[in-house]
Formats: sequence, structure tokens, C-alpha cells
Amino acid sequence: MSSIESGKQTFEPRIIAFFCNWCTYTAADLAGTARMSYAPNVRVVRIMCSGRLDPQFILSALREGADGVLIGGCHPGDCHYQEGNYKALRRFTLLKRFLRSMGIEDERIRLEWIAASEGDKVQRVINEMTETVRALGPLHLEAMSMERIEDVIPSELKAETVAASGGHHE
Amino acid sequence: MSKPKVAFYWCASCGGCEEAVVDLAEDILEVVKAVDITFWPVALDFKRGDVEEMADKELAVSFINGAVRSSEQAEMVHLLRAKSQLVVAFGSCAHLGGIPGLANTFDREAMFREVYSNVPGLDNEEGTVPVPESVVPEGTLSLPTLWDTVKTLDQVTEVDYYLPGCPPPVKLIKNAVNAIVSGQLPPHKSVLAPDIALCDECDRLATKPDKLSIKEFKRPHTSVIDPEKCILAQGFLCLGPVTRQGCDAACVKGNMPCTGCMGPTSRVHDFGTKALSAMASLADSNDENEIENILGKIVDPVGSFYRYSLPASLLHRGYVPSVQGGRKQ
Repeated sequence: MSSIESGKQTFEPRIIAFFCNWCTYTAADLAGTARMSYAPNVRVVRIMCSGRLDPQFILSALREGADGVLIGGCHPGDCHYQEGNYKALRRFTLLKRFLRSMGIEDERIRLEWIAASEGDKVQRVINEMTETVRALGPLHLEAMSMERIEDVIPSELKAETVAASGGHHE
Repeated sequence: MSKPKVAFYWCASCGGCEEAVVDLAEDILEVVKAVDITFWPVALDFKRGDVEEMADKELAVSFINGAVRSSEQAEMVHLLRAKSQLVVAFGSCAHLGGIPGLANTFDREAMFREVYSNVPGLDNEEGTVPVPESVVPEGTLSLPTLWDTVKTLDQVTEVDYYLPGCPPPVKLIKNAVNAIVSGQLPPHKSVLAPDIALCDECDRLATKPDKLSIKEFKRPHTSVIDPEKCILAQGFLCLGPVTRQGCDAACVKGNMPCTGCMGPTSRVHDFGTKALSAMASLADSNDENEIENILGKIVDPVGSFYRYSLPASLLHRGYVPSVQGGRKQ
């Protein structure tokens, strides 16, 4: 993540998109054949159904360096497997609340229903999400790593500070 | 021939794991007959120095319980690792981080502020907090450093086997000790419990419907649990379907839902997310607002699904924005 050091303006968000085979992936294909251009920040992973999206995939994506995760499925009622997108919606609803408790902003994960004919929606959603995540900045992965702060004694907890202030307090 | 030497140690834990050893009751005599307990701070008067004097690998096995969250615990863990042929992560905290692991939604700064300054009725006007070094007229006093992040045992050192549970069921402890004493060890790094979900050994399995769907999630302190029927089917968050068995469904026998202390089966990477996923998909609605309402009854997703496993999760810990820009390096 060397782009971070040189300032936020050069930060290019990395977004992992999970698109369902039957609707959203087809729509992304359509956007491609129609030569619509959109932000290059999204890496698309095709899955058979948004209902196949195990929330573990989302956390893995974030842990491996994604700044945001986009999920695309068929419109309600249109799921190729009848109910898969509703399952995705239920999981997404609860997962978002979990991520919020973990200090991860709501805007970093987004669920959209995009039908096979909606190539323009793929374009719009990807562009919007790239800008939203760009504004948020990188995911604070370093601050969430296990490696930081162990035997290092932070300077504010060193003895001099204590002696000088008579006690450590905010 | 001398008996194999065994050590017990505790890190960030409640003492329940030590209690589980005592729960072996008269069977502990069998254990003592088979092994020499050479280090067990809670029960025996051996000191750290006695361990330091041991030869490397002199201990056959160290059972270490508790999560690791301070420099002192890490030192002891590394010391015991060097002196032991086998290290067993004993109990949920050592295995997955356990209840202390929920502190990973905070950091040290936030915890200190809460505990030493915000708690109502606290008498600490000088704002004293534990510091690693304090200068007093007699010299410098030192304390172990508390870490920002609670870790599982295997995030600190190499672990050979895991005994899950909060605390581990007596039956599993006995099996583990027998396996070690007899040298008939299961595959390296395995969890010493059956690799199948809890529902399978639950007395109420017959009352679990084929297709579960939940209109209203309930909580044990606000609703009465029917002592005969599947607890999950009644709308209480019972994590049996995603939790490893081996406890004989002890909580369900006590008419309480499973909270997942045995952790996941081997196919699952992240217990909490898997549990969250399983429970969320049971919400009986296809309408966005209604789904929101049904799942809104699950008031604390972190505490409900990651009660014993936050440090072992894919995220490990939450992000805590620095309050005063005083965040360390």
C-alpha cells in the first residue's frame, strides 16, 4: 500500500466484486461488449448465485487488502435459484451490523440488484462505489493486524511521563 | 521408568479451566498415577525458576489455558514451549481467544480510560493507570505490558493440539491425557473433539424441523424456553448447527442455548461469520424492512457470534480510531 504514504489523493481503492452468474455478471459482460467505461478499481469474482456468497469471503477479501466489497445479485423475485438473493440480503443485513461494531464503515460493503440487461447500472454502481471508498480512504488493516504493539512500550506509558505528571491520565 | 512430566499454566483466563481439571474428581488419581504434575501455579508450589531449570523438552506436555495478552504471559508461553514436547491449547481462550478476546473491539487506551477513569463510583482522582515502569524513591518498579490485542495461543507460539470448550468437557480431557500417555496421538494440530456439529448429539434433535425459519429472535432472559423442543426452532440463538460437538450438549440439557464455546468444525475458517450467516438466513421474510426488524432483535452480533472466537476470526480485532491522535507508531 505504498500509495498511501504519498497522500490520500493518490489512493486507489481496491474493490472486490462478487457478481452472480445469471444477472449481474451477465450485465457486467454487457457493459463490456457495449464498451462502457468504468473505474478500473473493481476485481470481479463470478459466483453462481449471490446466495452462494459465504460472508467469510467478504471478510477474507477485507483481510487480504480489499478496501471495499461489492455484491451483485438478481432483482428480488428473479433469482435463478428462487431464494438465493433473499438469503444474501439477510446475511448482508446482519453482516453490516457486525462490521459496524468492528469499526468498519457501512459504505465499504454494498449490495445491489442488477439484472442481466442493466449494463449501465454496473457502470454507475462501480463508479459510485469507487468514489465512495476513495473518499473513505484505505481500510485500516494495519491497525487491525495482530502484529502491532506488543512488547513495544508506547512512549506515553514510559516512566518519565509518569514521574513528570504524577500519573498517566488523558 | 519415570513418569511423563506435565505442566498446567494459565494466561488470560477465569480459572474455569483449572476447575475442569478438578472436575476429573477421583479420575485425577488415575492421571496422577500416570503422569508427574511438575508445574501448576494454581495448585502446586512450583515457581517459574523451577521451569527455567528444566532441560529443553523435559516436559512431555504443557496444557496452557487462557488467551495471551501481556508480555508476562508471552514469556511464560515461550518458556513452556521450549521445555515441552507437546503444547496443548486448553479451553476456548487458548484455542480461539475466548471471552477475553471480546476486548479486541477496544484497545488498551480505551480500556484504561474506561476502567481507570469512566467507571461510576471510581476513586482515582490522580488518574493512576498501570504502567510498565514506575519510578519510586526506592528505585524503578516494573509491571508486565498489557497488549492492545488479545491473541490465541497459536498466534503466539506453536501449538500441537487443541482441547476446545469453556471449559473443556471432562470426557475430552481424559481422552486427551490417555492419548498422550499411551502415545496414540491423533494427527498433529487436530482439535481433540469430534469433527461434527453439536445438533447431532443433542437430545432435542428429533424436534428440530427440517426447514427452520424464525419470525422473532428471542433472548433467554426475556422469554421462557420450552424444555423439550429444539431451542433454535423456538427463536433463541442456539449455535448448535455451527458448533463442534463433544460436550454432550450440556447447555441445552440445562435448558440454555448453545453459545458456541467448542468452536467450529474443521471446515470453517471463521466461526462467528459462519454462525452469523447461518442464523441470518433463517429470518423468515423476503422484505428488506421486515428482515431488518427480525435481525434487529439480535442486539449484539459480535458478542452473540464471536463470544469465544474474536481473536481467531479473519478480522482478529476491531478498528479503534485514536481518540487524541495519540495512537502508537
